[in-house]
Amino acid sequence: MAAQEVASQPSDTLTTLKTESETLKTKLEEERAKLHDVELHQVAEKIEALGQFVMKTRRTLKGHGNKVLCMDWCKDKRRIVSSSQDGKVIVWDAFTTNKEHAVTMPCTWVMACAYAPSGCAVACGGLDNKCSVYPLSLDKNENLAAKKKSVAMHTNYLSACCFTNSDMQILTSSGDGTCALWDVESGQMLQSFHGHAADVLCLDLAPSETGNTFVSGGCDKKACVWDMRTGQCIQSFETHESDINSVRYYPSGDAFASGSDDATCRLYDLRADREVAIYSKESIIFGTSSVDFSLSGRLLFGGYNDYTINVWDVLKGTRVSILFGHENRVSTLRVSPDGTAFCSGSWDHTLRIWA
Amino acid sequence: MARDMSDKDILKMELEQLQKEVKNTREPVSKTAKEICEWVEAQSAEDPLIKGVPEDKNPFREKGGCIIT
Repeated sequence: MAAQEVASQPSDTLTTLKTESETLKTKLEEERAKLHDVELHQVAEKIEALGQFVMKTRRTLKGHGNKVLCMDWCKDKRRIVSSSQDGKVIVWDAFTTNKEHAVTMPCTWVMACAYAPSGCAVACGGLDNKCSVYPLSLDKNENLAAKKKSVAMHTNYLSACCFTNSDMQILTSSGDGTCALWDVESGQMLQSFHGHAADVLCLDLAPSETGNTFVSGGCDKKACVWDMRTGQCIQSFETHESDINSVRYYPSGDAFASGSDDATCRLYDLRADREVAIYSKESIIFGTSSVDFSLSGRLLFGGYNDYTINVWDVLKGTRVSILFGHENRVSTLRVSPDGTAFCSGSWDHTLRIWA
Repeated sequence: MARDMSDKDILKMELEQLQKEVKNTREPVSKTAKEICEWVEAQSAEDPLIKGVPEDKNPFREKGGCIIT
């Protein structure tokens, strides 16, 4: 082994590296294929099929002046934070549709927003390359912008952010190709994650019972699973044919789903270390912008650039419903914390709650 | 940062990562898929979007009336 390594040092050219890379990728695929002894939908054949779904828009949240880019639920299952191309971040009471807070960011295209676990703060960012935290005041007259705390600094746009299990740490992903973990109080970077070869567009934290990992997806068509403590990439998957716009952990933590510009959603099993399902139809030709699971993981909701939301049976691989309503691309979608409803945001400036 | 790295550095990074991943342990899909199915079936009964929620209990159903929070 050692002699071979020494011999390959001088020919460290792009071509040699590429060939080695291709060889390893083939080997990795072979190892994975050895354990691919059955398809998920075959194992799921005996399971009862799902009945007809009647899901409708129950609330429409109007107020943004431009495309809605991101949204997140509060743990109280009724409040929602959303961010828009118009630079505004709004906190809504989804039951009553009232706006509770509004913040104007110094930049347009606020691509990321997240609610703190305590419900007392929101984080957001976008073209300003930063992630800022705003404590939410009970005093409606208080100027939220005055209390703003800049936490994360990237060298390119912020694409996604998410609090970890407490209000004290935030995980971010950026157009600069990296993800990072930050301490909210000091603004210090605790860990950085390098491995993507292009913009990172999305991330999702593993359910707390599963441990300290998160998954990210990017313009390099790769989805990577990271160890938050060491900064190492544990597993990576490159089966999508275009940018991965959204990644979401399966509720049990043993798998994750992804949505991509290649018009498919896919399911990756972390223990089998491979893609185990593709959710696609010939008639679906527009990219998926966002995905999320229902509480049990039986349903996968996908928001698409053709203005629709497709609902998939995760186990059988079939589509169970298609939801119409938005008048432009669906850009963001999250199921509520107790699974009773889900919210979608769109380039049509509105958010809709479906149940 | 990926944008500042040369093509060669990016390839080296990918190569190192692949070398690590080839050594990962993995389980057969027949086992893991079965476990995923079992997990889902156990949880489905309590999934509000699957089993449905009666009109009077779901706060997102028709507006109007009292909501006690």
